[in-house]
Amino acid sequence: MINFWWIIGGVLFALLNTAAGLIWVERRMLALWQDRYGPNRAGPFGLLVVLADTIKLFFKEDWIPPFADKVVFVFAPGVVMLSVLMSFVVIPFAPGIIVADLNIGLLFFLAMSSLGVYSVVLGGWASNNKYALLGAMRGASQMISYEVFMGLALMGVVVLSGSFNLGEIVEAQRKVWFVIPQFIGFLIFLVAGVAETHRLPFDIPEAESELVAGFHSEYSGMKFGMFFIGEYLGVTLISGMLVTLYFGGWLGPAFLPPVLWFVIKTFAFIMLFILFRASMPRPRYDQLMEYGWKVLFPLSILNLMVTAAIKLWLNS
Amino acid sequence: MMGTAFYIAAFIAILATVMVITRYNIMHALLYLVVSLLAVAVVLYLYGAPFMAALEVIVYAGAIMVLLIFFVMMLNLGKESAAQEKLWLKPRIWIFPSLLCIILLGELVFLVLQNHQPVSEVKMVNPKEVGIALFGPYIMAVELTGMLLMAGIVGAYHLGRQKEKTLHRFLENDQS
Repeated sequence: MINFWWIIGGVLFALLNTAAGLIWVERRMLALWQDRYGPNRAGPFGLLVVLADTIKLFFKEDWIPPFADKVVFVFAPGVVMLSVLMSFVVIPFAPGIIVADLNIGLLFFLAMSSLGVYSVVLGGWASNNKYALLGAMRGASQMISYEVFMGLALMGVVVLSGSFNLGEIVEAQRKVWFVIPQFIGFLIFLVAGVAETHRLPFDIPEAESELVAGFHSEYSGMKFGMFFIGEYLGVTLISGMLVTLYFGGWLGPAFLPPVLWFVIKTFAFIMLFILFRASMPRPRYDQLMEYGWKVLFPLSILNLMVTAAIKLWLNS
Repeated sequence: MMGTAFYIAAFIAILATVMVITRYNIMHALLYLVVSLLAVAVVLYLYGAPFMAALEVIVYAGAIMVLLIFFVMMLNLGKESAAQEKLWLKPRIWIFPSLLCIILLGELVFLVLQNHQPVSEVKMVNPKEVGIALFGPYIMAVELTGMLLMAGIVGAYHLGRQKEKTLHRFLENDQS
């Protein structure tokens, strides 16, 4: 058993560096997929662009608009970081490497992701700017709606493994990864995960071609940086959850250590997220809501009912 | 250890709730309400109901409060409404409700002190046990809640239904 504090420190260190490094990874990969070079000047492979970006964010004027609600304005970017980082508490990176092995792990993840909505809503409201407000309203309705299908899609996994504990869910996938019996659930969770992190193609809360920058129009400096890093952390979180719930977590052939398997699978999903951004157009706001409530919602309920029925039939 | 954690969470809950009542800006009041709900969730978790704690955060703090904030956001209540609120809530207005509350509080303290038994042992209730209880002895309550929610959804659908709109003035005359 590794020392508790080492795990917390290690997870935080790895996550914050991953999130910052993703700035570079995303720009390079987008460039690759669009036949460009991307940032390739500073340092080896342009890696130092992360450093340059960070320094720029720190030295930019951290402006609070005079018409904003100051307390809420300052507090909103913190919420996204806090809620996403708290979600990582329940993710098992390898046997024994988990910060808190809660027996309601999955519910804890859902709870934290539902608290993440506040950063968008409050950030947009406190800015006191009509574009920010429109972005916040879109963000609120999008995230609340997609949370519903996300939760319902996850219940299929819970039915199969019989537990909310993420470690036990991973152990239940020793025979077969849940992506095979729960393929529809996996797809719904993937779509809901993209919408929940408001990444492209579902980035309508910040749609830059219609709403300036949406809910964070008024933010600059490190407060904007928090939203920015929070988004990358959210991508990492959803990828990690996809791996844990549907792709066997740390399980894999024994020639690599379990942690490495987890990291490799997670990175594969992060790449998928970036590929989404590189290749898909943004839907209209009402199209997104209609797709959610008229397609994903019935599908997730059907998925849950069929899974439960088959499970009961096999048990009896 | 657990006692201390409980008292901290309970104190935060009470403080946040008092702030909810006394804020003039409705958005700040709602945010304090969220804090109060989170504190209650911590209390529930400490006393062996992790499932309830998670639901408290997911449903109350994460969904219902977001919807409330969403509507308040659309109403665009700014400084004017806060000023108006301030005008309405003069110190004199607080006297009578406070009196009622103090009487209730006294009654509550009296009842609690009468048969005061400290919790000897916290029993953890697993999500599975909650489910078995809900769909076993309390199935009636679950069904009734489901019906109530269904009625709510039907009502919302009825209110949200729109008449067929004609988008062009030439077409308007044909239909009416």
